[in-house]
Amino acid sequence: MAEADPDIRQAVGRPVPHDSAVGHVSGAAIYADDLPQPPGLLHLAFGQSARAHARIVSLDLAKVREAPGVVAVYIADDIPGRNSVGPVAADDLMLADGEVYFVGQPIFLVAATSPRAARMAAKMGEVSYKDLPHVITVADALAAGSKVEDSQVMARGDATSALADATHRLTGSLEIGGQEHFYLEGQVAQTLPGEGDAMHVISSTQHPSEVQHLIAHLLGVGSADITVELRRMGGGFGGKETQAALFAGACALTTWATGRPARFCADRDDDMVLTGKRHDFTISYDVGFDDNGMIEGINIELASRCGATLDLSSAINDRAMFHADNCYYLPAVGIVSHRLRTNTVSNTAFRGFGGPQGMIAIERVIDEIAAHLRLDPLTVRQANLYGPGRDITPYHMQVEDNVAPAIMEELAQSANYTARREAIAAFNAQNPIIKKGIALTPVKFGISFTTKHLNQAGALINLYADGTILVNHGGTEMGQGLMIKVAQVVAEVFGISAQSVRISATRTDKVPNTSATAASSGSDLNGMAAREAALTIKARLIAMLAEQFDIDPDRVHFSPDGIVAGEARLDLAAVARMAHIARISLSATGFYATPKLKYERSRHAGRPFYYFAYGAAVSEVAVDTLTGEHKVLAVDILHDVGKSLNPAIDLGQIEGGFIQGMGWLTTEELVFAPDGRLLTHAPATYKIPVADDRPGHMTMALWSGGRNVEETVHRSKAVGEPPFMLAISVFSALSEAIRAAVPYARSHTLDAPATPERVLAALAKLRSTDA
Amino acid sequence: MSIRFVLDGEIVSYDCTDPTETLLEMLRYRLCRTGTKEGCAEGDCGACTVLLGELNDAGTAIAWRAVNACILFVPMLDGRALMTVESLAKDGALHPVQQSLVDLHGSQCGFCTPGFVMSLYGRAIGACGTKDAPVSEVISGNLCRCTGYGPIIAAGKDNPPSPQDDTPTITLLKQIGRTEPLLIDGADKVTGTARSWFAPHTVAQMADRLQQRPEAQVLAGATDVGLWVTKQLRELPDIVWLGEVAELHTMQEDDAGLTLGAGVSFTMAQKALARLHPQLGSLVSRIAGVQVRNTGTIGGNIANGSPIGDMPPALIALGATLTLRKGAERRQMPLEEFFLSYGKQDRTTGEFVEQVNVPRPHPDALIRIAKFSKRFTSDISAVLGAFHLTFEGDKVASARIAFGGMAGTPQRAIATEETLIGHEWCEATIENAAKALAQDYSPLSDLRGSAEYRLTVAANLLRRIWHERQNPDVAPSLHDVEPSHG
Repeated sequence: MAEADPDIRQAVGRPVPHDSAVGHVSGAAIYADDLPQPPGLLHLAFGQSARAHARIVSLDLAKVREAPGVVAVYIADDIPGRNSVGPVAADDLMLADGEVYFVGQPIFLVAATSPRAARMAAKMGEVSYKDLPHVITVADALAAGSKVEDSQVMARGDATSALADATHRLTGSLEIGGQEHFYLEGQVAQTLPGEGDAMHVISSTQHPSEVQHLIAHLLGVGSADITVELRRMGGGFGGKETQAALFAGACALTTWATGRPARFCADRDDDMVLTGKRHDFTISYDVGFDDNGMIEGINIELASRCGATLDLSSAINDRAMFHADNCYYLPAVGIVSHRLRTNTVSNTAFRGFGGPQGMIAIERVIDEIAAHLRLDPLTVRQANLYGPGRDITPYHMQVEDNVAPAIMEELAQSANYTARREAIAAFNAQNPIIKKGIALTPVKFGISFTTKHLNQAGALINLYADGTILVNHGGTEMGQGLMIKVAQVVAEVFGISAQSVRISATRTDKVPNTSATAASSGSDLNGMAAREAALTIKARLIAMLAEQFDIDPDRVHFSPDGIVAGEARLDLAAVARMAHIARISLSATGFYATPKLKYERSRHAGRPFYYFAYGAAVSEVAVDTLTGEHKVLAVDILHDVGKSLNPAIDLGQIEGGFIQGMGWLTTEELVFAPDGRLLTHAPATYKIPVADDRPGHMTMALWSGGRNVEETVHRSKAVGEPPFMLAISVFSALSEAIRAAVPYARSHTLDAPATPERVLAALAKLRSTDA
Repeated sequence: MSIRFVLDGEIVSYDCTDPTETLLEMLRYRLCRTGTKEGCAEGDCGACTVLLGELNDAGTAIAWRAVNACILFVPMLDGRALMTVESLAKDGALHPVQQSLVDLHGSQCGFCTPGFVMSLYGRAIGACGTKDAPVSEVISGNLCRCTGYGPIIAAGKDNPPSPQDDTPTITLLKQIGRTEPLLIDGADKVTGTARSWFAPHTVAQMADRLQQRPEAQVLAGATDVGLWVTKQLRELPDIVWLGEVAELHTMQEDDAGLTLGAGVSFTMAQKALARLHPQLGSLVSRIAGVQVRNTGTIGGNIANGSPIGDMPPALIALGATLTLRKGAERRQMPLEEFFLSYGKQDRTTGEFVEQVNVPRPHPDALIRIAKFSKRFTSDISAVLGAFHLTFEGDKVASARIAFGGMAGTPQRAIATEETLIGHEWCEATIENAAKALAQDYSPLSDLRGSAEYRLTVAANLLRRIWHERQNPDVAPSLHDVEPSHG
């Protein structure tokens, strides 16, 4: 029963503003560090490793302990329970234990009376190291065979034979940089002591339950002793899925040991050094195709920098493999994925979760085929799309909801792609220095956690006797509008407006054992769970009213004009009061588990996704071929969100995701020194897009044909991650513009991010190869 | 020592014991006004944007400017007015800028939003640096990671400038009216180390203080020195702030050129610089965001001796001279001679930069200033090249070329200049000059670019200038290129 009651359309589908919008603009919305400082609050900082890989020979903290304002200093031995803040494996130590494996790794923890005192003292530790061999880059790790887990293989058909038999064959490679999340609110946590073993934790995290569980293990207490709470994050993007536990754990240890409240607000530079980022990848391919550019066989090799520990790298690299087909049917395919261990901070979840890196691989392949055959890349894209009889993915899942062809066709028309491409060719013929490029690329993104058990959610709804409704669920708000969407879903059940549903902080003592708000799944999972809870209460109210008015339950209706019970018309307050007097429970939990999922990781085969989200974008760029500078001139997007729960929120996700993706592929460059130091650890050196970078022409539309074929909440589709990958169109357009500068060039040489330096390097390489 | 400022219609007396306490710390943790956020604590994200107002000399109006609270020291607030995001809503009603952001869905996570509100509110009341500037430039010092900026730009456009009534604030500011220089004898909050703050009103007072305390740190806008405190955790010594020295905030413009006092901010100087040459005005638009340009000074950009400061190469190419002062003594030097080597300037203890003089270039001169960075707006240069050429017939008559990012200091390209002067302006000469750049410079590889890239782009800049002079149509700026219509 996932469809809305047809007679109510009060809340769902409306462009309701974000529930906190007024709080945001007035400064009244409260973030973790905005809470009043409790008496005796201790502020924390880590003493960090100066070496990429070394044994700690000695650790002298006398000066740290004597520094002004310092109250306590902790090392690994001071942890009462398990020294781990890792989500999957226990290899992410909170404090180093005898050995360090990346520059910046926490070695000791300082608690002091002010942040500045803690940070000053943290620099005073005297650590002597015995250096061990270190590995920093993907290339070094590949050469050394340094891995966090075994390489994985996904295959369908006989790619080797198909390649041998193919009319044309191309090989190539591409390097893709990582990405810093740059949530505007850095990592923050606070702990307050409770009675006995109890502790209250405020954590800016996408995963309160994991923070709860890790702290329980860290302290050797039960999960029931630890309550984690969060009202909102100032941005997450995956960077607060597993990475928040380090800071919350440090607070918990301090409070456990001192009995005093503790707060950790990571300084921006420390945050960037201490926390993981998007994986950088090196991709190579060997593709065979016919004269029309139809792929006949392909081998793709993905190699990623995972950093020093496992973190979520298994699932992230799996997702890269899952998206190396994007929207294209690969008749015979082999995908190999290497997960490389390096002495750098452990890379982690970031919007798209490996998907973008896999997707850009196949888009580069398509661009290469088109260049080689002198075809319009869009023609090659369309020729290779999934379609009837060509609908099995490399992981043996049938694509049942393929709307990519329709979206691409509609967008190509509305954005006037073909005529513009011709105009650009004419422009390029007349302009020796400035070259333009245009590209239309699609997105197909698998929705569900590929770790099956994570696809569950719980909710708790309280209807108070005065008719007000409080909603709680396991999802967290990081700006994506989850709370308002869930409020809309609940409001719809009761026939009221979304604004009259009270939203509350996420708390592990209200809804337990939750999954991270991640994988774009927030509203799919929590919306359904909340809806179930709301329907439970509604059913009780209907039964109560039927009994009170002695009518058939069919004669009770919830409508925007009130609750109709036979001849009577009541408001929700009156009905709630009646129910309370009648001793009916007005509190209910709801639960949801995504159906149809079945996946065998050992074979990389099955159905890891409930459905796919689709979209497409056209980007036009201009490149200065003397300086390497470039500009995105125009972007048009058509995106499928199914039947939108909230078009305003969805369009915001699309625009924001696109610009973030554009940053990943253009200005955002992470630079590690050969000794493992991160050199780009602040906004002065790491450049996310600013307002000026937004293309002068930018249109976005929700695809009017959108309706989820699966029974998701009101037939909507997830929207958090998929639009990020629309920005691959910018990269393809840049590649096209660069190629236009070199007559007869039949290949692409651009690596990501496309900084002016890389653009000049791509031009030089193209000239040396093709001139 | 109490400092006094006006906030929300009241004079606030604030006991400032550590002169390097930041305005952001005071707001968030002492005054419990947590709407103003910390995103980076280095003036690069704008989440802490507030408006600072100064009474004009006549006492008739307040000049408001957006600033970053995270790197502004509390004593810099003395005698001024402050507005934060909490100041805007009146009687429970949002200001139209705020309402537009709500209506247009301009916030997602909301953490950057107060900063955007203040930048856009500044524009709405005509604050410094916003006049005639497009909305996207007004908010170029504000980072948002969620929205993609579209709705924020739209909200800005929906709120055209209209002045606010500052009468009550003017009255209160006049009540504060400090006649004697502010002197704070304080101490570091953590270590207890003694630290003073002195805000002289005249150059003579400033020179005296620096004679008495030659190790004192001269402070202008704190856009660099602020980071020494917030990021490097340095304990500054005595501080002498030139923000109250009226003589250092003057600009003299005549046929001969422009003289800027050491305390003149980028924003104050921008229009006068643009009158010297439009390329200088454009350069200022690419230096940091509005908040930093409203505070940071051209004098500071020179005095801190950075090899990647943007103004020095441009001013060197134009033939600028620097005036240094110590006590009553003054000396002048060509700007390029101030920079001795990396981190070392020709400035003795107790000596300070008083003013910079920029000669007006000949109207026929070719002036070209090009900045290369990963992000076009609000980024630090990998390379900045400045060219000042004059011609006689087909030949180059004179050449002053300077680069930033190519050496340990901003430096002239003497060998390159020599390949041009007296030679025919032709492709062969340009190629000779391009080769000579490698004689002038041996740049380093760093996070902003490799040595090879720096030399390549510097040489290509020469080639680009050649193309531009030969045929501007084939070498338009990227920013003049329109999308195709098909």
